[in-house]
Amino acid sequence: MRNYIIKRLLISVVILFFVTLILYTIFRNIPTSFVESIARERANLPGSKSYSEWLNQLNAVYGMDKGIFQGYLQWAQSAIQGNFGDSWKYNIPVIQKFRETIWYSAALGGITFVLQIIIAVPLGILAARKQYSKTDYAITVVALIGISLPVFFFATILKLVFAIKLGWFDLYGTVGRYYYQLDTFGKILDIGKHFVLPIIAIVLISIGGLMRYTRTNMLEVLNADYIRTARAKGLSEKRVINYHAFRNTLIPIVTIIGGSLPGLFAGSLITETLFGITGIGKTAYDAMVGGDIPFSMFYMSFLAVLTLLGTLIADILYAVVDPRVRIR
Amino acid sequence: MTNKNNEYEKEVDELSLDDEQRVKILSPWAMVFKRFIRNKLAITGSIFIFAMFLFSFVGGLITPYEEDQVFTKYDEMYKIFAGVSENDKFKYIVEDDKEFSLINQSNFILTVNSSKEYFESKDEMFVTEKIDDEYYIVNNANEVAIAMSIGKNINVSASDTSLTDDFNEMAKNSVKQNETFFEVNSKKYYAIHNRKNSVFYEIKELAVATKNIYSYSDKDIENNFLFCKNVEDAIYNQHKSFELDGNNYEVKLTNDGTEVFKNNEIYASLLKFQMEPIYEDVFIDLEFKKVIKNAIINNLNEFIYKDQNGNDAVYRLYRQNLQWTVEKQESTYLVDAYSAPSNKHWLGTDGHGMDLLTRLMYGGRISLRIGFIVVIIETFIGVILGGVAGYFGKFWDNLIMRIVDIFNCIPSLPLIIILGSVMDQLRVAPEVRLNVLMLVMAFLGWPGIARMVRGQTLFLREQEFMTATEATGLDVSKRIFKHLIPNIIPQLIVICTLSLGGVILMESVLSFLGVGVKFPFASWGNIINAVSNVFVMSSYLFVWIPAGMCILITVLGFNFIGDGLRDAFDPKMKR
Repeated sequence: MRNYIIKRLLISVVILFFVTLILYTIFRNIPTSFVESIARERANLPGSKSYSEWLNQLNAVYGMDKGIFQGYLQWAQSAIQGNFGDSWKYNIPVIQKFRETIWYSAALGGITFVLQIIIAVPLGILAARKQYSKTDYAITVVALIGISLPVFFFATILKLVFAIKLGWFDLYGTVGRYYYQLDTFGKILDIGKHFVLPIIAIVLISIGGLMRYTRTNMLEVLNADYIRTARAKGLSEKRVINYHAFRNTLIPIVTIIGGSLPGLFAGSLITETLFGITGIGKTAYDAMVGGDIPFSMFYMSFLAVLTLLGTLIADILYAVVDPRVRIR
Repeated sequence: MTNKNNEYEKEVDELSLDDEQRVKILSPWAMVFKRFIRNKLAITGSIFIFAMFLFSFVGGLITPYEEDQVFTKYDEMYKIFAGVSENDKFKYIVEDDKEFSLINQSNFILTVNSSKEYFESKDEMFVTEKIDDEYYIVNNANEVAIAMSIGKNINVSASDTSLTDDFNEMAKNSVKQNETFFEVNSKKYYAIHNRKNSVFYEIKELAVATKNIYSYSDKDIENNFLFCKNVEDAIYNQHKSFELDGNNYEVKLTNDGTEVFKNNEIYASLLKFQMEPIYEDVFIDLEFKKVIKNAIINNLNEFIYKDQNGNDAVYRLYRQNLQWTVEKQESTYLVDAYSAPSNKHWLGTDGHGMDLLTRLMYGGRISLRIGFIVVIIETFIGVILGGVAGYFGKFWDNLIMRIVDIFNCIPSLPLIIILGSVMDQLRVAPEVRLNVLMLVMAFLGWPGIARMVRGQTLFLREQEFMTATEATGLDVSKRIFKHLIPNIIPQLIVICTLSLGGVILMESVLSFLGVGVKFPFASWGNIINAVSNVFVMSSYLFVWIPAGMCILITVLGFNFIGDGLRDAFDPKMKR
């Protein structure tokens, strides 16, 4: 088991090396006129560093003046030490901006994740148990609509109905107008209120995948021989479903849930941007649109790490839960 | 009851193995088709997609409008026509060929306000002659003589020898009586008397300073010094007429103020209002000025007067302190933006004044085109790499699967956003952008397909029929393309259908964010982009709701079909 994990870890590190190398190469091959014009723009901001200082700083952190490979090594060296340079857009170290914003995204991701599991897994199991019934059709249609609905369209409808027509929530922002006059509890409630619409949007969009995955797996389990055996020996349907079938369905579900844990920190770029939640997604979007190379490079490496972690966790969990996998 | 019986008989028919049933042996594809059309969702999806294709490709041909045709309309709007201000300042009408500079004008005001009669500026000397509170004559002055009083004797010494004795007499007289203005031989003089001595100046008229605004009956007539002076004199002296350059002018005091008539026709009018039209080619005639003046005096907000073509036009009057703005109602040529659904535009128009229904049709073309091209490229790369990995295994499998892992880790949305913002900066043409977008999406999208193909290939390679192909000595390419690939096709079709929906969704997100399909090309995503303006979002639902529904229906259609196909291909999932 330990060897398996170590092997997977090493492979992940190699993959990460290549992914960041590719990303670095892409950023290096962005025409220099782009970099220079951004540096010039940034230099024009009040209280900013001068144009040449910006360029020099980029060279220092990103090794722009060296060959691609040496430059990459220099970047990787400082990145391992946690130094990703100063953000061009926010004018502060990338890591500092990251620390300021990540917890909003993590909170948003965590809540939606829990809600998603609570709603999707039982509905998926229900759909599988009553295959081809009206319930199954309804659940399938809802799941597919969730998958097919463009998140920006759904978010806009939510904003129109609940923020503009009914006026229950604010259109934008993480905190309300009177946030700083509230006590601690009030502050939490205020932030929570601003999270309601984004959470609804993300949950409905992301619920479909897990629901269908649960349904497919449950169907597979229900068709398995041991379920027939369980029924044949006269167990009640309740016990068959809740004890024999459910536990076996959990194997792939736990795997996929574990695998999506790191993704909670990725932030949802579009939803956060539309609702003005100052999480990592919106921050990164603003940075990318503004041509903030240090922050974009960091964010994309961060996402790559999260993806790798997700696959790693899923694989390890799979091995832990299902002993048959471990042998290979 | 009969209904139930029918159903029962049908069931019996299907289950029984009589001759009729036995003959019906269907090919595998026909079986798939049969299973597919039994699935209500799949049929719904097919109808959706068929409708969207019809809408986009046929609709685009039928619609009478172009993709980027801008619609315009005429609308009644008030436009600023003239500015009016009440005059309380002196206006200077200077004699021909002479100048009265701005500095001297200010000096004049200072002199008048401090009740003096002369001022000096540079080397020149000016004398102001007050006739009325609102009427002064400004004169140029030249020193001509000095007078010294010694006891009772007054000694006038002239610097100009041409001065006669008459002048001396008058000068002495003026010293005695302390007079400032006097006239000798129709020349005017001005004297400054100090205690012991006096200085005499000869003065020549330079300008008239008056608070009246002269308006003339014709736009070619300009202010003339002599004319204005004569008019002012006539008003001051209450004369009814004067003669100038052989013309006889009558001065009358009417309800509208003082008016000057020439040959019994109105020639000029003296108003207290300054009226300046906004456009230089517009001339406000006297009658119109009177109408405006009356409107101001009577505090009217709106009045009607004929315009240049003699038609009645509506004018509006706005007041700001002592300034008024006259606005004229005109029909204006406008872009027909955000017009509500009507017979002409079934879904209204967007912010650029383009027909939304037409934009939706062309947007559908682009979305579907992007979807198909991206998926075809994706499948091409995916099948080749996945097939190679699965069939040859070992080193190739390892290498390709690690490449798949690497591509899997590259976040596609952020990468495309950055590329889009770079292309913005470099001003890449919209067509080029479209192609780059498709290539990048395909290049980042193939790993999923490659994985599936590899998995299937690994599984099929171990099957007996593949061993049989090897045993019969078929060459590798034939084994792969004739026997392996056809067996992957069902899964391939399913995954392609599902990723069609995914690609269209992704494209709409990118276009919505403004980094995908760009104007002038229409795309469902960039039509919805209008909601970044909250006013459009809340007031013009017809702009963005239909586009969103189009995306939803298309993607849903592909997902329904893909789902139905998966069920249809999978014999285990029989109903």
